[in-house]
Amino acid sequence: MSGTATRSDFRQFEFMPGAPHDPLHGEPMLLNMGPQHPATHGVLRLRIVIDGEVILAVDPDVGYLHRGKEKMAESLGWQKFFPHTDRMDYLTPVMPNLAFALGLEKLAGVEVPERAQAIRVMFSELGRIASHLIYTGTTGIDLGAVTMFFYCFRERERIYDILDAWTGHRMNNTYVRLGGVAADVTPRILDMVDEFTREFPSKVDEYEQLLTRNVIWVERNRGVARISAEQAVAMGLTGPNLRASGVAYDVRRAQPYCGYETYDFEVPTSTDGDAYGRYLVRIAELRESCKIARQAMERLRGMRGDHLAHDTRYVLPRKDRVNDSMEELIHQFKVVTAMALPAGEVYQLIESSKGEFGFFLVSDGTPNPVRVHARSPSFVSIQAIPMLSEGRLLSDMVAVIGSLDFVMGECDR
Amino acid sequence: MRIPPEDIAAQTETLRGTLGGRFGETVAAGADMPVVEVPRERVIELLLDLRDGAPGHRHLSMLTAVDRMPADPRFEVVYALYSIEANRWLRVNTRCGEFDAVVPSVTGLWPGANWLERECFDMFGIRFDGHPDLRRILMPEDFPHHPLRKEFPREGIEPDRLYRDWAAQRAQPEPGR
Repeated sequence: MSGTATRSDFRQFEFMPGAPHDPLHGEPMLLNMGPQHPATHGVLRLRIVIDGEVILAVDPDVGYLHRGKEKMAESLGWQKFFPHTDRMDYLTPVMPNLAFALGLEKLAGVEVPERAQAIRVMFSELGRIASHLIYTGTTGIDLGAVTMFFYCFRERERIYDILDAWTGHRMNNTYVRLGGVAADVTPRILDMVDEFTREFPSKVDEYEQLLTRNVIWVERNRGVARISAEQAVAMGLTGPNLRASGVAYDVRRAQPYCGYETYDFEVPTSTDGDAYGRYLVRIAELRESCKIARQAMERLRGMRGDHLAHDTRYVLPRKDRVNDSMEELIHQFKVVTAMALPAGEVYQLIESSKGEFGFFLVSDGTPNPVRVHARSPSFVSIQAIPMLSEGRLLSDMVAVIGSLDFVMGECDR
Repeated sequence: MRIPPEDIAAQTETLRGTLGGRFGETVAAGADMPVVEVPRERVIELLLDLRDGAPGHRHLSMLTAVDRMPADPRFEVVYALYSIEANRWLRVNTRCGEFDAVVPSVTGLWPGANWLERECFDMFGIRFDGHPDLRRILMPEDFPHHPLRKEFPREGIEPDRLYRDWAAQRAQPEPGR
């Protein structure tokens, strides 16, 4: 074939029952999905071998968003890496920062004040709600429930308004610091959280009315991408993807950080192990996170204290003091440019909205890290796509991708 | 995740007793969890024992490497294992040198280790013996370097190479026109 294709070039693909070119029983075909496909939720590319509508093999191709963050950390130093952690999981505000900060605090041996811990818990849980809303909304729109998208983004917008009031940024607000958080919460912010957490459970009821018993939603999700508990553990899945298979492993419960052991919450699980089970787990987590955020808010109302630890070796000075004190300015300069942490190795995890997210930090006592490795739950989830989708119909692929709920910024780093 | 130091010390003692030097390993209490150091010839045996023996560390949470450049052997491969039932963490370290950067693959023990080892190969050039599909994963397939090695410069090698290749291609007339 040369030049422009003509009608006769396509004649061989015309459908003729029983003919050698019958497209239903033809040769396997390679289908390229992504990296710009809207249903891959980012720059994921899937090379899919299909026979008719049936998926024979899948080869996920990741790395389109690789920015070399782990390499950058080695020359940036500990403090200047904080903004980069935000850009990993950009759908879950506060939590990537928190994982890195907890790792540094463990290396440095800094104790965080109680008020700062409560602020961290409150915003982590709001971040988890924001991330699960993205899952519900975008998976809904992918599977035909367009209204879900607008409903979820309506509530997500309110969380971002709260973050905006606290930090001045909507996304990527690097506001967790080594030793605490950058700014205290004002009574107005607590009022906003109060109002949001009071109204949010009724919004979750609305989502459930739209989806949980919706025939199309149930049919497209039930039995799709089923994975047993043993397989899920062997694949390294964590977070809601693991809990939907019936394993009640939650880092907040198993090794509590930030005082999670003092909050009252459930760890929802499902025994289905399929896309529908993951949906149910995430919907239940929306309610639990709302509960925890409310408890933290109530605690903050009746609590006095500082939002930053007092440890001049590692903790940045308060910004308002830096602006009018020479000593504090010198202090900030020294902490930012040449803060050395004690030598050691630390693997620090948190329960992010996607699963076990954390950092493996290696310090040799100099200002530059030897190694900063981010443990990414999304990377592991994407690895499970071939196992979950092979042998199923091509139209299930969108449900598989949606149900795993990954974010490419964190997968590619 | 935060484990009290006295718990880590107790867990280290228990682990030292269970393993009992059968794999030529040394067990130490790290800042965050017990750390087992093992020669790479015995790493598969040790990991298999840890996975299947009590309390069953069935969750491979992390597999990565550290380049400790002036040290010899310079690469350290790190496995973080977790027992969901017993709520126990531990790390296993094994070493390999620059000119002999081969470590046995654990894809037979954990299918989820496949991509973790591919990433490690991509970033450090450590080969995993027995891996079914050891390709690059994050960097382009034809990328000739391993960027997380310490000798690789932060700004990259020939940062404008891709652009120059593209420009050279554009300058060529397309075949058949």
